[in-house]
Parts: sequence; C-alpha cells; structure tokens
Amino acid sequence: MDPAGEADPFVVAGTRLTSRLLVGTGKFAAHSVMREAVLASGTNLVTVALRRVDLDRLGDGDILDFVPAGVRLLPNTSGAVDAAEAVRLARLGRAGTGTDWVKLEVTPDPRTLAPDPVETLRAAELLVADGFTVLPYCSADPVLCRRLEEAGCATVMPLGAWIGSNRGLRTRDAIESIVAQAGVPVVVDAGLGVPSDAAEAMEVGADAVLVNTAIAVARDPVAMARAFALATEAGRLGFLAGRGAVAGATAAEASSPLTDFLGGLTGPGRLAAASRGGDA
Amino acid sequence: MAAPKGRFARSLDTLDLADLSARAYTDADVDRALAAEHRDLADLGALLSPAGAARLEDIARAARETTLRRFGRAVRLYAPLYVSNACLSSCTYCGFAKDLPIARRTLTVDEVEREAALLTDRGFRHLLLVAGEHRVEVSQDYLVEVVERLRPRVPSLSIETQTWSDDTYQRLVRAGLEGVVHYQETYDRDRYAQTHVAGWKRDYDRRLNSTELAGEAGVRRLGIGALLGLAADWRADVLAVAAHAAFLVKTYWRTEVTVSLPRIKPSASGYQPLVPVSDAEYVQALSALRLFEPEAGIVLSTREPAALRDGLVRIAVTTMSAGSSTEPGGYSAPGEATEQFSISDERSPAEVAAMLEAAGYEPVWKDAFPLVG
Repeated sequence: MDPAGEADPFVVAGTRLTSRLLVGTGKFAAHSVMREAVLASGTNLVTVALRRVDLDRLGDGDILDFVPAGVRLLPNTSGAVDAAEAVRLARLGRAGTGTDWVKLEVTPDPRTLAPDPVETLRAAELLVADGFTVLPYCSADPVLCRRLEEAGCATVMPLGAWIGSNRGLRTRDAIESIVAQAGVPVVVDAGLGVPSDAAEAMEVGADAVLVNTAIAVARDPVAMARAFALATEAGRLGFLAGRGAVAGATAAEASSPLTDFLGGLTGPGRLAAASRGGDA
Repeated sequence: MAAPKGRFARSLDTLDLADLSARAYTDADVDRALAAEHRDLADLGALLSPAGAARLEDIARAARETTLRRFGRAVRLYAPLYVSNACLSSCTYCGFAKDLPIARRTLTVDEVEREAALLTDRGFRHLLLVAGEHRVEVSQDYLVEVVERLRPRVPSLSIETQTWSDDTYQRLVRAGLEGVVHYQETYDRDRYAQTHVAGWKRDYDRRLNSTELAGEAGVRRLGIGALLGLAADWRADVLAVAAHAAFLVKTYWRTEVTVSLPRIKPSASGYQPLVPVSDAEYVQALSALRLFEPEAGIVLSTREPAALRDGLVRIAVTTMSAGSSTEPGGYSAPGEATEQFSISDERSPAEVAAMLEAAGYEPVWKDAFPLVG
C-alpha cells in the first residue's frame, strides 16, 4: 500500500497533496464533528465557504478554528452569483485567510446550485490574472474544462451530480471525456453519495474527488469519512492497475471465431466451384 | 385606485384552491404524494388533508430526510430588529394597527445602530428590519440610510415593512439589502378585505405584486407567508403560499425563496383566530410545505413555543429567530414602546444555540457576505 501516494503523487499547482479525497466543511452537526470527520478522511485539503467565515470570531469558535493543523485551506466563493461577486469574495478571503488558493463557485440558481459556466470562466480569468490559484467548480462539460484549463486554472472540478443530491456519478460519460483530454488534475466535485460513487469516479480516471454532504449528513460522519477515504484509494489503485476488458452480452456466442472461414478460401477455383452451386 | 393584478395574482385566479383543499383525499393519495419525486399541488393537498393527518409521522419523516439532504445539520439564526411601530394601516389582527392607543416609537438611525450593535454582540449576523406601515416616519430614504449604516457590520440585512415601488427596491438593493419579506397574510380576497380595513395594506393586489417588484429589482432573498388562523381554510392558504413560492422560484431563478406560516398570537388588537390551527396541523403544514418545495428555506419565529420549535427544527425548519423583541428599541430599553405581539419562546440566543447543538444541529450565525462595499 501507498497511502501517501509516494509512487503516484497528486500534485496541484506544484503542491503535493497526500490524499486524493478533498472534503467540504458545510452541513455538519457541529464544527467539532467536521473536524473529526476531516481527520478520519485523511484529507489534506478542505474547502470552507467564505460566507460562513466570521473573521471577528477567529479564535472564538469560528469554523476556521476547527480545521486541523496541517490541513491546507481551500476557501470557496459559494453564494456568489456572478463573476464580480466571486472575485470580490475571493479577495476578501485572501485578505482574511492568507491563502491565494480559491475554489471558485459561481452558482446563481439557489435550487440546483448549478455552476454558471459563463461567469465561472470570466471569474477564473480575472482571478488567475490577480495571482490566485484557481480550482473551479464547473459543469461536466469537456469544452468548458478545456477553456478553464486554458485560462490558467490549477484543476477542473466537474460535478458528478447536483450539489447535495447524493445521486452519484450521473455525469460519467462526460467525466471520461474530460479525463481523457485534461492537462490539469480533474477533481469530481458534488453529488457523490456513497463511497462506491467515489471509487467509480476514481476508476474512470479522475485525479481526486471532493465530498461534503454525503459525509456531513451520514448517521456517522466520521465513519463515512473513513469509508470515502478507502473507496477513493481503492478506485485510484483500480484505475492504475488497468482493468481487463469487459465481457459483453454476446461473448458466449462469439467464442468460435467468426473469421475461420478465411482459411478455407485457398484459390479462385474453389470460389468458382462454390459459385456454381452443388452440382460439380 | 386599486393596483392591477400582477402575474402571480393572475395565475392564482386559475387555481381552485378551495377544491384542492377540500377534496376527499384518500390514504392512497397520501402514499402517492409521499412516493412522488416531484410533487404537484394535488400531492400537497393530499399531504395537508385529514388523510394526511393520519399519516403525520410518515410525512414528518419524509420531510426530515428532505431537509437534511438539502440543508444538512445546520440552522440559520436571525434576529428581528423593530425600527418603528408607527402605522397608517388598520389590520384587525395586528398590535400596531393605526387606531390602537399604544406607545408609538420610531428609532432614529443612531438608535437602530445601537440596537444592531447589541444584536451583533449576541452573535447575530443576519438581521430583519421590521416596521409598521408609516411612509413618513419609515420612508424609503430612512430605510436606505439604515441599510447603509448597518451594512459594514451586518453581512445580511432584510426588511419586513410596507410594500414599495420598484425604484425603492432597486435603491435598497444598491445600498446592500439582501432580502425582502412580504407576507400576504391570507390569499383569500374576501377575508383579506375583511381584515385589512384601511390604509396602504388594504390593496390586496398591490401587496401581492410587490414581491414581484422586489424580485425584478434583484433582491437576493424573497420571503413570503400566510398568517394561519386569519382565514377559515388554512389549507387553502398553505396551498397558495406553495403555489406562490413555486411561481417565484420559476420566475426569479436567481433568488432564494423562504416561506413562513406564522400563527396568530395575542396582541393589543385582541383578535381571536377564526379557526385555530392545532400544533399537529401546524407540524403537518410545515412538513408538507417542505416536501412540496424541497429547496425553500422555512422560517420559524419566536411566536411559537420552545417545545414546538425544538421539534420542528428536526423536521422542516431551516431558519429561526431567537431572543426576539417585537417592540422598537426593545433590545436596549424594553418596555418603552408597545410590542407587535407577545413571543412564546423566551430563551436567549445562546440558549437556543445550545438547544440546537444538543439536538445535533449547528447554529449558523453567519451565512452571508456583504453584497456591497
């Protein structure tokens, strides 16, 4: 085993991360539960909504006080409805937290929290120009992912399903295309509901997954965090191991070679005889 | 002259709420409503019906699952900040009604700021500015000034005041206002006319349409609701609130919609509810509303008693007030003006937060960022 990924490093913007599971910090019953779940997950990158951070309360029970030491902070712009808001929020976050990493979220529809592709790309361009390391939450769209990569984003983070839906890897086909083309790490974000969803995302070649709701609202968030860690690692190992071909439904029928007849075709005479029918 | 009907008012005309409310729903209808992935108004009617009442535990369980998935184990806290009880409208159920001989007060902007400071000291970062309907004492200029003054220290500001014109909503949004709350009180036009006897609020369509004006002005959060106990058919009002929420969600897709179903409380008005809504029916109504509109925030004030609030947090409610005063200036100098109604849950904000923690929920004091500045 290679839990720290020595032989298979996961690198984002030149920084080596020791886990391919990223964890979100919302929706937990208590900050202390979040902290325990983060520790159990083995992650070293957690995302925190800047809208939830209260800098007046740092050191006095703010959510940031519960992020374990040694775990890197990834502030996010959740709640921003357009590029201008996301950029303003990211700058407030950088000033307040001291990191220039930002998980870009532009989600104008409060129901689906679906990312706005137009505003996300615009914000990504502005933030990259301003020196941020940008990890954008985005639609599972291969062209958009290329555009975000071209804009200088450090990763792309296409969704598996709507945020908080726990519906699993609904975008599997698109994720496969995105993985095939990407020059930056692909992190499947949002919608993964059970550990096997994370394993599936990793098996199709995602570099990492980000999980929040599925852990936070589990009956035992700490145990679920550990389960996601194992599934993420298992999925990665499975991907690296290289799967065998999948047996199709017609496998049994096709077991006697379809092209055997070619060996019998030895000359034009035979063909000519055959063409005359059985009366030779 | 009465205001013209707005878009939702016209859409409401096409619904037969009395039928949806009083249809003879069966247990099978309730089953179907519980199993549906997307629920329509007939499903909601079934969940609200006497057949639904017999399945209250099932409905509450389904509502809890839906709430947990969408909102997690977190409850947002806010405080109402009453800036004035001056009022030029006469509503038969309200303690601020124009002709009631009560102690009136409108806070100066400095006084509002002092009240806000007390509330932020108690932890609040979401404030709801509440006023009676007095366009001279609580003018649009006054509200804009209050929003601008509080904005630096309060990330989320909403108003629950009289209704305004579109340009006033636009000014307030530019000043940094996040939310607008206008309860229709009852969607039954006849009952509305009987209970809103004079003043600006008497115009049913102007009131109903104002939420659309606020939505068009780009307000981030729209709050709607009905005052249960006002009309005889509470189910019809819950159905109307649900239809209204669905309309707003579809029309103003960038806007978060919150719903609330306050029950009538004792006040200086002496009003008694036409038909009281029982606690069980109240839980049924909020659970059904959650299942109809899974993404809507559901707001519960201190009007309701502690035990009921503690129970509803586990089922449907996502936003609560705590330690509220309903009189202007009541946080710094209680007793100088008359309150709008008497609250039931008298616990302090810290006590409500402790209750949430004990119940396995995180009290969320801040879930917003300054929209301007």
